[in-house]
Amino acid sequence: MTHKHGFPRGKTAIVGAATFGIGRCPGVAAVDMAAQASLIALADAGLTLADVDAVYTSAPYEALGGMELVEYLGLQPKVTDCNRTGGSAFEVYAQQAALALDAGLIDCALIAYGSNPASVPPKAVGMTRPSPWEAPYQRWAPISSYALAASRHMHLYGTTREHLAEVAVAARRWAQLNPEAAVRDPLSIDDVLGARMVSDPLSVRDCCLFNDGAAAIVMVRADRARHCRKAPIAVLGAAHAVTHREISGMPDLTVTGAARSGAQAYAQAKVRPRDIDLVMLYDAFTITPILFLEDLGFCPKGEGGRFVADGAIAPGGRLAVNTSGGGLSCVHPGMYGLFLLVEAVRQLRGEAGERQIPDAHLALAHGNGGVLSSQATVVLGTAATV
Amino acid sequence: MLHPEEEWRAHLAQGRFMIQRSRSTGRHVFHPRVAEPGTGAQDLDWVEASGQGWVHAVTVVRKKDPAESYNVVLVDLAEGPRLMSRVVDIAADTVRIGMAVRARIDILGDQPTLVFVPA
Repeated sequence: MTHKHGFPRGKTAIVGAATFGIGRCPGVAAVDMAAQASLIALADAGLTLADVDAVYTSAPYEALGGMELVEYLGLQPKVTDCNRTGGSAFEVYAQQAALALDAGLIDCALIAYGSNPASVPPKAVGMTRPSPWEAPYQRWAPISSYALAASRHMHLYGTTREHLAEVAVAARRWAQLNPEAAVRDPLSIDDVLGARMVSDPLSVRDCCLFNDGAAAIVMVRADRARHCRKAPIAVLGAAHAVTHREISGMPDLTVTGAARSGAQAYAQAKVRPRDIDLVMLYDAFTITPILFLEDLGFCPKGEGGRFVADGAIAPGGRLAVNTSGGGLSCVHPGMYGLFLLVEAVRQLRGEAGERQIPDAHLALAHGNGGVLSSQATVVLGTAATV
Repeated sequence: MLHPEEEWRAHLAQGRFMIQRSRSTGRHVFHPRVAEPGTGAQDLDWVEASGQGWVHAVTVVRKKDPAESYNVVLVDLAEGPRLMSRVVDIAADTVRIGMAVRARIDILGDQPTLVFVPA
């Protein structure tokens, strides 16, 4: 099968980026947090609400959250999108905003998200119906689905629990360099291996956080981006692939849609994996970065476990992965995708403080949704890469 | 038209594990649908599954009391489709990938439910 890769490479840019309320954010509603993050991101760009004519948001507990945020902020947008591809929704939004901006349909896109399940526990998780084909077996959703994929990877490729633990420990070591990260106390391989098992082979330390957080980014066309407050970060490529809904429908448990979305995003951006300085991979569970490193071409299929061994993706390792501390140690309020983009922007701008990657020009942000179901890859670059 | 889930459950309640097969493509389909995925073929018949399968992937859902822990598996049916189930009549954490299993209909909760036992 041949794929077209049409994308307006470098024609749009992220000009504002913000996080808000990471960790605990009590006493407010999710939409309050999304609105707060939006205002900080707009100020970061030197823009105002009056500039925004497109809103992309996935509210955690409100199916009609797009309209909710529009009303809250007093906007009259031409595009309002509230997609349901789980945590990957925000990488898809970056793609859709780039297309709409390049077409001239819109002039300024706001992508926002807020959620505080730690402070205000939701009455029901998400807005999804239990699968009649899986729910009777009382798999722990979504953990058991990722555990099944991990079991298959271990069986086929000799990946070990120690390899999985390396991902959690690397995330924690990055978090220790990020003052905003929610969990920063020391974590060892033995701590992860000895932690309470949840759904074999995953222990509680193989699972992401479930805490509070909000984020927002602002996108405009490249010509306008040059006049914004900070250095624009160009959107070079963005591609999306959906392969299934439930894990029993996944075509191959060890090959994700990232193999397709990544190849397309690289082709759009005209870069190769070895050109990338910084890799932000959705780490809902420790198996996911291992799968994505393989599918996105950073190592051969099956080698992800050995690739991350010996601190290779921790600070000072061979590849900078999830420099914020990721969903495992920084923030994961149900959907993590937007935080990947914000961290990539901060690194490319040189705003990442102690955890800054020197000479970072190209970043990849990869979102995951459902149970490895939806995969969306965005390639970002500094002005020098356009 | 077909009532995929409803008809499947009715068969199960009568003690039969049925799957679908397309007359034109010959391929088997599970979970039940109004059309074969990929081709859209709507010439689907109910056929009795052989009940033979192999464990494709396995996890053990851990409870505080280890005695209550249970496995959740994906099974590759001999006919091709893959589905979620449990392997019962065996210690929860002794199920291995590649293990041959055979379908059985148990009452789980108060519902007839498809499970597997070691073959």
